[in-house]
Amino acid sequence: MNLFVLMKRTFDTEEKIVIETGKIQDDGAEWIINPYDEYAIEEAIQLKEKHGGTITAVTVGGEEAEKELRTALAMGCDQAVLINIEDDLDEPDQYSISQVLYHYMKDQEFDLILGGNVAIDGGSGQVAPRLAELLDIPCITTITKLEINGTDAEAERDVEGDVEKIKTTLPLLVTAQQGLNEPRYPSLPGIMKAKKKPLEELELDDLDLDEEDAEPKLKTIERFLPPKKEAGKLLQGEPAEQAKELVSLLRSEAKVI
Amino acid sequence: MGKKVIVLGEIRDGELRNVTFEAIAAGRTISGDGEVIGVLIGENVQSIAQELIHYGADKVLTAEDPKLKTYTADGYSQVMRGVIEQENPDSVIFGHTAMGKDLSPKLAARLQTGLISDAIDVSVTGGNVVFTRPIYSGKAFERVISTDPMIFATIRPNNIQASEKDTSRSGSIESIDVSLTDLRTVIQEVVKKTADGVDLSEAKIIVAGGRGVKSKEGFQPLQELAEVLGAAVGASRGACDADYCDYALQIGQTGKVVTPDLYIACGISGAIQHLAGMSNSKVIVAINKDPEADIFKIADYGIVGDLFEVVPLLTEEFKQLNIHS
Repeated sequence: MNLFVLMKRTFDTEEKIVIETGKIQDDGAEWIINPYDEYAIEEAIQLKEKHGGTITAVTVGGEEAEKELRTALAMGCDQAVLINIEDDLDEPDQYSISQVLYHYMKDQEFDLILGGNVAIDGGSGQVAPRLAELLDIPCITTITKLEINGTDAEAERDVEGDVEKIKTTLPLLVTAQQGLNEPRYPSLPGIMKAKKKPLEELELDDLDLDEEDAEPKLKTIERFLPPKKEAGKLLQGEPAEQAKELVSLLRSEAKVI
Repeated sequence: MGKKVIVLGEIRDGELRNVTFEAIAAGRTISGDGEVIGVLIGENVQSIAQELIHYGADKVLTAEDPKLKTYTADGYSQVMRGVIEQENPDSVIFGHTAMGKDLSPKLAARLQTGLISDAIDVSVTGGNVVFTRPIYSGKAFERVISTDPMIFATIRPNNIQASEKDTSRSGSIESIDVSLTDLRTVIQEVVKKTADGVDLSEAKIIVAGGRGVKSKEGFQPLQELAEVLGAAVGASRGACDADYCDYALQIGQTGKVVTPDLYIACGISGAIQHLAGMSNSKVIVAINKDPEADIFKIADYGIVGDLFEVVPLLTEEFKQLNIHS
């Protein structure tokens, strides 16, 4: 099988967000592979273990994304592609990124493309389903189970807590939901091997994509932090009194009941 | 000048979801003195079309076909593309729900438009339609505009105020012809796992448990409280990782991001990843044994105590109010 995994580097979930002159500051931030993309990587590795094949990890970003690609290689991907847009696209949106990925993927032979269902930074969940549509292949989002049989695919999909069982055929794009699997940690030999695995770096020119055709459709005009919350009221007394007071406060003061 | 806005309605268990009314309100804001068109897709939707008009739509288009009974991207996408071609709208609004999240990017890609996902506010400033949306799971926010004339958006449930129902409003309801080509994905079965039908993302009240709940059985008092309040039950990652409950309940930076009117955190310490998923709730109650727990820093009301003692007492108190009925 030819497996492709779409991945993105994001801030570690522990990071606090700092905004200066309208931009998110990333000096000294810890970076990770977007957690949902890790599920996609793990699923690709398990499929390869079962069916054989090659896994290519693909990311769009800047030079520093090599680190996360190496982690994906250390987990078990075979090769990696970094599409470096730093010099070409200033503030790309989901339209831009899906155009870039499309121009890369349309020339590849693939059976299955996997991605996370959402990135925990931008939080739009658009790029993978957009790409599927551009490639004109079926797409199942937020999967929690996947089985491939020849060119048939069966997936379970999380729909707000309920489970949909879906049948379709390859080539296919799926996006991973939590619960799909338990991503492995890279092993030491894996990390050593990853250093020697092929990592290709491409730019828009290599994809025959003009900047104008990936210009964003959206523009962010402001970024801000949520207002700081004042410390609340700690209720005193015996548990029974606290419970009574809380209910009364929720009714009369907070007016949410 | 008024704009034309299409709002895709969403039906669950035969009824329109609240987020649809909120989307219509967003549509009204965007349209100015223009037109808001509701779209309903399904097997038998004619009977509830009027309700969209009562909540602010000027006209409703219905597409009915047995193949549209359950949502599939291919089926709904085909219908929506037909509607968009016919109406040529300035904007299309969806709920940021399982359906909206799945369908909107596919449609946006097909029509080469921008899509603003998960908006919590929409306003018109200086001729621009400005959407506010959370980034970093609510640790920060951004305001976004479209540089294209046509814009799609999904709106997060529970954030934009729906208009009051006005049964004196009238408008036309038109059915549109449906001719579906092959659907590439086939839904074989839907397994209902959500017991009481109160969805986390749309719930007005959430009772959530963390590691302090200690076991699967430990969620029982939380469920009883939720039942009395008509609330949904959620959990922290800790509780899910410890297998006390299903990941479907997880609230946080991974998991669901929620903004209910009332969030009752039981035995949740308040790790930054969890706070990202719930800190924008309107009122937060924290119940925790540890007075130093971070959850108290963002709670409006805190009780330092044993949740197994406090939660049942709360349930009793709320029962006496008899609010659920």
